[in-house]
Amino acid sequence: MADKLAFELVSPDRLLLSVEADAVAMPGMEGDFGVLPGHAPVISALRAGVIEVEGGGDGPDRVFIAGGFAEVAADRLTVLAEDAIPVADMDRADLEQRVQDAREDLEDAEDDEQRRLAEGKLALLQEMLAAVR
Amino acid sequence: MPSLKDLRTRIASVTSTQKITKAMQMVAAAKLRRAQEAAEQSRPYAQRMERMIVSVAGNLPSLDAAPPLVVGSGKDDVHLLVVVTAERGLCGAFNTNILRAVRAKIGELRDAGKEVKLYCVGRKGYDSLRRDMESLIVEYVTLREVRNITFAEARPIAEKISAMFEAGEFDVCTMYYNAFKSVISQVVTEQQLVPVKLPDDGEEADETAPDLGGAIYEYEPEEEELLGVLVPRNLSVQAYRALLESAAAEQAARMTSMDNATRNAGEMIDKLTLNYNRTRQAMITTELIEIVSGAEAL
Repeated sequence: MADKLAFELVSPDRLLLSVEADAVAMPGMEGDFGVLPGHAPVISALRAGVIEVEGGGDGPDRVFIAGGFAEVAADRLTVLAEDAIPVADMDRADLEQRVQDAREDLEDAEDDEQRRLAEGKLALLQEMLAAVR
Repeated sequence: MPSLKDLRTRIASVTSTQKITKAMQMVAAAKLRRAQEAAEQSRPYAQRMERMIVSVAGNLPSLDAAPPLVVGSGKDDVHLLVVVTAERGLCGAFNTNILRAVRAKIGELRDAGKEVKLYCVGRKGYDSLRRDMESLIVEYVTLREVRNITFAEARPIAEKISAMFEAGEFDVCTMYYNAFKSVISQVVTEQQLVPVKLPDDGEEADETAPDLGGAIYEYEPEEEELLGVLVPRNLSVQAYRALLESAAAEQAARMTSMDNATRNAGEMIDKLTLNYNRTRQAMITTELIEIVSGAEAL
């Protein structure tokens, strides 16, 4: 059994990250879970949250994703995420401003469709803000 | 015979046309490289996504429980055709090929008594289809202002398709786009999006598939639910891939056709120059004869 986990983070645009890690923690749809080398094969949906990579070398160790999918198999972990931003690159003040904007959008929403969109955006931004803290 | 001045003007105008086509060819070549790169970088995601879907769908106890996007609505009365074309012309038969395929399909579907709806992506296709099939067009997106295609452009297209399907506006959705095969060849591709066509087992083994050593995946949440999240996501990925392929193919087609245009212009300049010189020499000869015969007459 390998003592490292081959971790890949893929977005539709490109392969964002490909490192050997000791452990990776992910926000699963049905609860957070961690993956160590030798984990049983799993395919899981992920919700918005932070992926934490331990012992990942030069790569960022905390990455925010806006949801996605994880596939664990044979000491390999592949995460498909549509939006992925390293937490270190996020700016708190900017996020707070955006949360504020999103709240205003929600108040200004005129129909259910707009309200639903605004709520989704606000929830996502609040998750991001929580990640920075 | 055209006068010398006429010939000179024509040579000048062909030369400036050649300059333009030459420049367009070089611009297309530069853009092609970028578009090709983008298309290649999007591949890992699409590959892995497909692998997951196949794995999850293969483990479903029965297809009855699968979301409708996978199994379809059980009918095939209304067809939605997504037509991906370029925003600009001057790229050879790029748009014509797509439109010809789409028109043939529309004819076929109508003969079979089906209803057809069109979703145009790209101005060229819209402009052309609008002329004779305006009533069929339900949606039109232009990507004119978009310089680099990102996932954000593909998502709304996919969301719109899912929304229309959920509202029962169509039963089968097929996408038409030019796939980038090589710089000199673009292939009109017909891809069924809804219901999802699952690749058959045994079809070209995916070399990235991990060896599980006999273990089976656990799914979280349950298969049906997971598939319900995966499939709409896959729709955006497919749309994204089509946009990228089409963009790369468009630049390739433009590059080739502009190369041809430049060569044609070159040939034309040569011909005109020859003609010009002949005319000029003929004039000189005539003048000489006039002088000589004038001198002899004295």
